[in-house]
Amino acid sequence: MSTMTRLAKVLRRTTLQAVPTVIGIVILNFLLLQLAPGDAADVLAGESGSATMETVAALRARFGLDQPVLVQLIAYLDNLAHFSLGFSPRYNLPVSDIIAQRLPGTVILMLTALALALAFGITLGTVMATYAGRWPDRLISVGITLFYSIPGFWIGLMLILLFSVKLGWLPSGGSGTIGTTVSGFALVIDRARYMVLPALSLALFYIAIYSRLTRAAMLDAQTQDYVRTAAAKGLSPFAITFGHVLRNALLPVTTVAGMHLGGLLGGAVVVETVYSWPGLGRLAFEAVMSRDFSVLLGILLLSSLLVIIANVTVDLVQAWLDPRIETR
Amino acid sequence: MATLLDIQGLTISFPNATPVKDLSFQVAEAETLAIVGESGSGKSLTALALMRLLPKTADITDGSIRFAGEDLVNIPEPAMRERRGRDIAMIFQEPMTSLNPVLTIGRQIVEVLRLHRGLTRAQARREARDLLDLVRIPDPDRCLDDYPHRLSGGMRQRVMIAIAVACRPKLLIADEPTTALDVTIQAQVLELLDRLRRELSLALLLITHDLGVVGQWADRVVVMYAGRKVEEAPPEPLFNDPLHPYTQGLLAASPRLHDDLHYRDSRLSEIPGSISSAVKEKGCPFVPRCPQRRDVCRTVFPDTTMAGLGRSVACHAVTPTIATGPSLHDAAVRL
Amino acid sequence: MLQINTRTTLLQPEADTQPIAVSAEVSPSSWPNLHAADTHVVSATSHNIRRLTVLRLLRNPSVAAGGALLSLIIIAAALAPFLYPGDPLSMVARPLLWPGQNAAFPFGTDSLGRDVAAGLFHGARVSLLIGVVATSIGVSVGILVGATAGYRGGWIDDVLVRVIELFQTVPSFILLVVLVAIAQPSILTVTWAIGLVTWPTIARLVRAEFRVLREKDFVMAARSLGFGHGRIVIREILPNALPAIIVTASVMVATAILMEAALSFLGLGDPNVVSWGSMIGSGRELIRTAWYLTALPGVVIVLTVLALNLIGDGLTDVLNPRTGVER
Repeated sequence: MSTMTRLAKVLRRTTLQAVPTVIGIVILNFLLLQLAPGDAADVLAGESGSATMETVAALRARFGLDQPVLVQLIAYLDNLAHFSLGFSPRYNLPVSDIIAQRLPGTVILMLTALALALAFGITLGTVMATYAGRWPDRLISVGITLFYSIPGFWIGLMLILLFSVKLGWLPSGGSGTIGTTVSGFALVIDRARYMVLPALSLALFYIAIYSRLTRAAMLDAQTQDYVRTAAAKGLSPFAITFGHVLRNALLPVTTVAGMHLGGLLGGAVVVETVYSWPGLGRLAFEAVMSRDFSVLLGILLLSSLLVIIANVTVDLVQAWLDPRIETR
Repeated sequence: MATLLDIQGLTISFPNATPVKDLSFQVAEAETLAIVGESGSGKSLTALALMRLLPKTADITDGSIRFAGEDLVNIPEPAMRERRGRDIAMIFQEPMTSLNPVLTIGRQIVEVLRLHRGLTRAQARREARDLLDLVRIPDPDRCLDDYPHRLSGGMRQRVMIAIAVACRPKLLIADEPTTALDVTIQAQVLELLDRLRRELSLALLLITHDLGVVGQWADRVVVMYAGRKVEEAPPEPLFNDPLHPYTQGLLAASPRLHDDLHYRDSRLSEIPGSISSAVKEKGCPFVPRCPQRRDVCRTVFPDTTMAGLGRSVACHAVTPTIATGPSLHDAAVRL
Repeated sequence: MLQINTRTTLLQPEADTQPIAVSAEVSPSSWPNLHAADTHVVSATSHNIRRLTVLRLLRNPSVAAGGALLSLIIIAAALAPFLYPGDPLSMVARPLLWPGQNAAFPFGTDSLGRDVAAGLFHGARVSLLIGVVATSIGVSVGILVGATAGYRGGWIDDVLVRVIELFQTVPSFILLVVLVAIAQPSILTVTWAIGLVTWPTIARLVRAEFRVLREKDFVMAARSLGFGHGRIVIREILPNALPAIIVTASVMVATAILMEAALSFLGLGDPNVVSWGSMIGSGRELIRTAWYLTALPGVVIVLTVLALNLIGDGLTDVLNPRTGVER
């Protein structure tokens, strides 16, 4: 069986498995909305200051908030089927539009953080496994235990303090210089300068996770018989590590990397508020503050879908890395 | 024939144990030497020591391993690496786990060809195909792109052998190569090893606990007990007239060599006790289990004495005079 | 969070493969005798093992360091009402005193003239309380769901696994924010919400352990003696799953404290109590001029979480030698 057909099989299987989860998430989201005290009409009315019972009722009718729960659920599902996440009374825009505006920011931030975390984590883990029990291992271990205990939002603030306030090297917030006219490479540099601190704050915890995991997986892989075979072939320790051990050790790392995508999204909520990064996390925060539950619900749903997509991707990566998967 | 491998006084130590002690034997070019012993007798450690692949905690503390005139104990690791897989190759007991599960068979053969023979990718691939053909793998072209988990244990061991002989080594170490395989496959794999030994004129160091294998395929046999060589002989005299009490017990306990006897007629004998710990040892390690033990055995390990053509034994109970074995013809008949 | 997730991954394969060979080793006729003899021996040795384990725990450097650190924080929390009897949210001095500027306020005061030291001490109470109670809720729900799924199997298992999967797919911190926003922030709601988003980790772990353990000989023996399901689960299986649960729970407390801090940083904490997270949140605006307001509570959070993680690491080493080798 070729790699492509194998991957296609895995893709079909995991996609089918995700269907009930998606349905469950939709219903969960809707139930949460029903539990919320007060609704968007109340908030809007409260904000305008001079609301009467009639205007509130009119608002409710306008947004379908006066319908029975089941009708609202069906309406919600119907909207979803048409890829519509409803309408945000507060922004006076379709929820999907608001989210679409903010989604790229979050995805870029997350992917950068994930890439940073994997790159540093796997490198550090490999170093630790290579020097297991000796001083480089112990030194990195201490650092990692610390990374592991630092809240992302706090390290974010401390990085701002050091690199923006004290040293003045990097901007303290936003996603790009406002009103800048640069383009091409200079634009990339400008964006990267704004990206460094938030991505690092978000990645720190995951660097700790991935390096520990890589270390354990490498140590486990090193004891396998095929490593002895590789040594008996006369391969150098370098060739053994990169040609034989690392690829096997990456299997558990990819699983966990996928499992942590949800956590990364949660972390983004806090880090984005620290750096005024225009993404979903900040939008979620604003939605909570203004009780705009249709937006909040949309974010929860979308982020869950992102996690599901990530899980499917992880399954594909694993099937690609591990030829044995088709037989399971 | 010229001596290829000459091991003298090899001693392997762990921090608190010495599992191989003062071991000496030779392997001639293109011959098959079998090392026999129970698990724990130090035979696998000896094999790993030859490759300088001992576990990190173990160390060669004494002795020499002269291979083609060069002492392998003292050459630096990079130089040793050049010899591994090229001059000395090794196959292991577990074909199921000895191949990397995430790499194709082809890649794992090509790797060693490119490393030691400097072939290009295309040349190496052609050569890998030929090697698979050499070890009698059906449809070698397809096998190249296959992954190990799709092959049976016997096929995987053939792949391991193909990797091992890829660079035409002078010495092939086979550590229990058939133990993990089905009985029907065992003979095929051994036959393959023997054919390759002849065709590629390589010396074969066969490590096994199976006396049936020894009798059929070995030119000479070294019997090890608790890290010591207790007896060395060609297989025929060894089986007909074992000198060391341990060898005698081993043969009596092996059903395969008594095909004329039925289990219901005579009880299969066993050696009482178990292999003694390699940690505390002064005299002969076999003393606790030995039916012929004397007082001297407890304190002094016996010297190795010559006992006829190509025979030697280390036992206080054996005097050189009784060591005159029956003729080769007799032995062949018995076997 | 590392141990939690790594463990679940490690245990996943076990969960998917039914151990068949284990139960076949003892023939049914010999169970009652075996059980009687076995329990005797097991209880004798398990006592020794327990003592040995405690000794090894105390000697473990991670546990010792983490335990010492955590003890300090617990003492600080216990002493808070005596050292700082007033409301830590009330104004006591000139605003924005730097640490060391006034000996009466060693850690300074914030923009509203509140004593930072009082906040840190009282914040320890909130953090530890929420951490421990939320974890207890999470562990209880997790054990209930996981044990039911793992022990009963069949369609109950299928459904529960779906539910666990559902909760593990939804990003837990976003769900937490939604829950707290809906329920209005207070210590009670924050604690429950944290418990409700963390239970799936324990549930998955317990389910995997139970699936393996329910096939073991001693469970078979107990069943053949006619013990009820409740007794088997509580007396026979649960004690064997406990080491894994304890390791995970110790790290869950750290996670819960981090979650609470992040929530109050966002302004979703209980407005009536002082919390380390909310101190950082309010100090944040003044980071250019009075950065100690942000730094100090953060350091305290890091130390607390570090202590718990160190204990978790040590517990993993001692209770779970399989994954603890070569560390």
